[in-house]
This record gives sequence, C-alpha cells and structure tokens, in this order.
Amino acid sequence: MNLDFAQFIPSMPYILEGIFVTLKIVILAGIIGFILGIILSLFKISKYKFLGWFADAYTSIFRGTPLVLQLMLIYYGSPQLMGYQIEPYTAAILSFALNSGAYISEIIRAGIQAIDKGQQEAAMALGVPYSKMMWDIILPQALKNILPALMNEFITLTKESAIVTTIGVMDIMRRSYQVGAENYSFFEPLLIAGLIYYLMVVTLTFLGKVVERRMRRSD
Amino acid sequence: MIKVEDLHKNYGKLEVLKGITTTIEAGEVVAIIGPSGSGKSTFLRCMNLLENPTSGKIFVGGQDVTDKKTNIMKVRQNVGMVFQHFHLFPHKTVLQNLTYAPIKVKGLAKAEAEKIAFDLLDRVGLAEKANEYPTRLSGGQKQRVAIARALAMEPDVMLFDEPTSALDPEMVKEVLEVMKSLAHTGMTMAIVTHEMGFAREVADRVLFLDGGVLVEDAKPQEFFTKPKSKRAQDFLQKML
Repeated sequence: MNLDFAQFIPSMPYILEGIFVTLKIVILAGIIGFILGIILSLFKISKYKFLGWFADAYTSIFRGTPLVLQLMLIYYGSPQLMGYQIEPYTAAILSFALNSGAYISEIIRAGIQAIDKGQQEAAMALGVPYSKMMWDIILPQALKNILPALMNEFITLTKESAIVTTIGVMDIMRRSYQVGAENYSFFEPLLIAGLIYYLMVVTLTFLGKVVERRMRRSD
Repeated sequence: MIKVEDLHKNYGKLEVLKGITTTIEAGEVVAIIGPSGSGKSTFLRCMNLLENPTSGKIFVGGQDVTDKKTNIMKVRQNVGMVFQHFHLFPHKTVLQNLTYAPIKVKGLAKAEAEKIAFDLLDRVGLAEKANEYPTRLSGGQKQRVAIARALAMEPDVMLFDEPTSALDPEMVKEVLEVMKSLAHTGMTMAIVTHEMGFAREVADRVLFLDGGVLVEDAKPQEFFTKPKSKRAQDFLQKML
C-alpha cells in the first residue's frame, strides 16, 4: 500500500475549512431539532388528542423516509414549496433539524414518561401550573436520564451531515472528495476526512461526559 | 374547613367511594383509617383533586373544588399534601425544595422564601441539611423535609397520605413527632394512617372507612375502646 499524504499538505487548510461548515450545520440543526423535539414530545403526552396525533404522524414520516431523500426534497422542492430556490446550506440545516426533531421527540417522551408520577403529583399539590411543572421539575430530571441517548443522536447527526455533499454544500466530505479529484487520488483525502469526523465525534463524546457529570451532582 | 357531600369515585366499573359525607372543621385533626382498599387514600386525594370525583361535592374553605369554574391551582396552594413516598424533587437541594413553590407559585422574593424555609427546617430539626440533595437523606429526614415543603406554602389545611408507611420502623417516631407538634399549632389536618397509637393520641376524630363507605365517625376514645360496628371491631382486633 503506497500512501502519499505529503502531496495533500497544501490542500489541508481547504479541507479543514469544511469543519466550520459542518459544525455550523450540526450545531444549528441540533439546537432547532432539540427545541422541536421538546415541543413534539409535549404534544405526544398532551391530553389534547389532536396534538398527539399530529406529533405521531410527524415522527412517522420523518423516521420512515431516508434522510437524504428529505434533504433533496427540501432543496430541489423549495421553488415549488416556497416559490424560490433556497441555499443548499439552508436546506441542509432545515432537513437535519426537522429529521432529528422526530428522533429527539421520542427520546424525550420516553424520558418524561420514566419520571415517577409522584413528581407531577407533588408539583400539582403545591399548586404549580403545568408549564412550570414541566419546565422546572419534569424536564430537568428527564434530560439527565436521557443524556446518553441525546448524545447518540447528536453523534449520528454529526456523521450523517456528510450527505449534504449531495446538494453541493462545501463540508468536510465534499472538500475531501474535490481534493481527491484534483489529484487523481481519493484514498488519502478520504482518510483525512474520516479522521476529522472521528475527532469531532470524540470531542462531542467528551463534552457529553462533562455535562453528564455536572448533572449527576444531585446523586 | 372541608365539607364533603355524597362523594362517589369510580374507576371504570369499580366503585371505590360509595357516597361519603363528612365535615372537617378548622383546627381539627382527623385520622382516616381502614383496611387497605377501603378507599381512604382516594378519599384524601379527592380533597385537592388529585383524583377527580365521579360525583358529589367537596368544599375547601367554602370553595367548591368540584366546580369547573373553581381555580383548583389556587385552592391547592392552600392545601398542603404529604405523600407516602415523599416525592421530593431530587434535582433540587432541600432548601430549593422548600422555596421552589413559594417563589414560583406565590411570587415571594427569594430572601423571604428562604427565611420561611429556614424557620421550617429548624422546626423539623433539619436546618443543617439545607444544602444537601434529597438522596443524601434518610427516609425519616425526607419525610420531614416533605412536610416542611408543604408548610412553606403556608397552607390552611394539611393532608397526609400514609406518611409513615414507607419508613423503616425506627424512623416513624421522628415523623410522628413533627406531625404531633404541627397538630398542636392548630393546623387543620386530615391523616390517612395505620398508626393506631398516633391516631388515638393526636386525632380529634377518627373516620373509619371500609369498602368505600364511611362506617364510623367518632372520637378516638370511643372508637378505640368501643367501636360500634362489627367491621371496625374486626379491623381493630387485627391491628392492635
């Protein structure tokens, strides 16, 4: 096996720039997806049947179709959906946020339902209104329990973001591929891309552990 | 203080409460006793609408809590409740457990809420635990904190749902002592309990429930020495 990384050194800054593109998509999509997930999970446990039905249908559709298809539908469909062509970058954030919202809502729902019913009763008996009870009492406890599952979702999101390549977003993946094409040698730049993704995931895992440790203070 | 009129509660076809009528006066301490499955916890939980009555009326401080127009959240602020399994908020410290509702529900300033909280922790003998998390406390300590948490809202009535049933035997006394001293302050209390000695000593009245029916309503001396009904006699025979 003859690997020649030296010839790719000049291209490294170009590939590394992709980190910011990937990070921007992942962070924004992660935040929007998380908020969406909370809202959908509250719909799912709501006493209003219609909200639950809506959230279930939403989850079913976004979990039941490929992410790359959703990405392309949003990107190529935008002129017909919205009347103008959106940026690839916007389409990427939108589709990832909408998709991860579906998964995160299921994680949070399970987390909420695992909290002892007594917590809700104790809050009710103190006269705490539903919204405050959810926000101050139930969700913080649920989040602590589901943190590992949430980290899983964010790790998946980070790696899967590589498919934005297909609509021309200049992320790590696309830049590596282009560098490979210019040099008629794909193996090395793709290995570099792999290493970058891996390091990002390792960092994310580390951050998750730090947050988890902070949350375990009360144990 | 609390007036219950012909209270019925069904779970599907199962009729748990079959028409209970009684009144708890302000300052009265009422022990609610009976065999398990007699509906005594359900009865208590109807008083702050943790259970929705199937029919009948319940007045708390003159307000009909079964009326849809009544703001039950407002009523609950005035009705403290203590549970068998404490249900302290595990992610909050003891102090935060006590100050959360006064600050977030009643809108007290933090300093004021903390002053009330420290006074109460003093009263239940746990001031030095203010900054601990609940997991670090024993069962008896947790229940004392739970009582203090309910009292922090400065309620007019306190409901106790088997407050000592989940405790190790050696911790029962410390909780009962707190309840006893609370009774002496003139607090209106309704207590579902299996502690017959406590009921006899502290309660002004005993309600004996069996099969969802209020079988006896008597002074403790009367009830424990010469219960009128056969069912109460049988029950006491097993308990004492």
